[in-house]
Amino acid sequence: MTDSINDFSPLEQHLLNDYQRDMSLSATPYADMAKQLDVSEEKVLETIQSLQDRGVISRVGPVFRPNKIGVSTLAAMAIPKQDLECVARIISAFPEVNHNYEREHEYNLWFVVTASSAEHLDIVLHEIEQHTEYPLMSLPMLDDYFIDLGFQLKASATK
Amino acid sequence: MKGQDMNPQDKTSQDPAMNATDLNKQVLQITLEDRALIKAVEHGLPVTSRPYAEIARQLGTSEQDVIARLQQLTDKGAIKRYGVVVRHKELGYTANGMVVWDVPDDRVEELGMCIGKYSCVTLSYRRPRRLPDWSYNLFTMVHGSDRDEVAKKVEDIVNECGLQDIEHTILFSTRRFKQRGASYAQGNTETRPKTMKPKTRAAAKLRLIKNADKP
Repeated sequence: MTDSINDFSPLEQHLLNDYQRDMSLSATPYADMAKQLDVSEEKVLETIQSLQDRGVISRVGPVFRPNKIGVSTLAAMAIPKQDLECVARIISAFPEVNHNYEREHEYNLWFVVTASSAEHLDIVLHEIEQHTEYPLMSLPMLDDYFIDLGFQLKASATK
Repeated sequence: MKGQDMNPQDKTSQDPAMNATDLNKQVLQITLEDRALIKAVEHGLPVTSRPYAEIARQLGTSEQDVIARLQQLTDKGAIKRYGVVVRHKELGYTANGMVVWDVPDDRVEELGMCIGKYSCVTLSYRRPRRLPDWSYNLFTMVHGSDRDEVAKKVEDIVNECGLQDIEHTILFSTRRFKQRGASYAQGNTETRPKTMKPKTRAAAKLRLIKNADKP
């Protein structure tokens, strides 16, 4: 189920919009938010937990830069329709796979594979080909032109 | 004018070969202790009053040590962003289009930066071509409330960045099988339990069929 942005309370909108980056590395990050938003820490904890339980946010914490503490690649496969679900499940079962999407194209399955070293990555890619019995195309990132400022909600948070 | 900038040779030139050594070059040396810390935080902080104290307990260290080492990882450039990680679909951005562009090699950076500036864009990466199967070398992610909006935004980007002569295509996502934070901390593949996944596609298919029978 998809929520519209207007379904979120003002507090939720602030938590979603204002803390996607530069969250303080203090011992009490949620109390810091509470102070800034003039609500209780309990209310912040409760609201974040609820957003997390509803799947609106996947987590609170660090987003690691690609290819700094591990290596990753974007992989694409062209899978016949009747095998797609099955192949997608095999791929999602790998702990090294963190995004796995069906897309409308001849290459219809796209996923990101992350590992602690390039050697480990190669082994996983090879295993995926073996287990699914389809070839994959690996497209590692060569350059990043995007400065990640988080993702702004369309409607500005109401005060 | 844009057309004159394009050198047809650029389009056919080979991208730099990516191999294990190239990828490893960018990777920071991470201690075992930091790997354990990364593993403890990569899927999110505990939602409790003192999250770092809880992580410290798991790792058998102090709260100050956890915070100091996360600060070091940030300073070393290992952390790109720190905070709330939202899932776009649940925020009403139901359409996301991976827009791929076949850009002359000498203009990838310039155009990648131009596209990366838009607020509806969340990624702008250069990736290798895989000729003859795949000729696109710039990957951008464009979000919108529906497909028409994404297509409209892409049109705006084409006009404003002057991409009329650059071949592109939009790959809309139709299903999300998995979305979660990257897992950097798992051990070697040799130590991973093989029982986690079926050995072959045939076995997985069998399991799907069996599960489908269940009420």
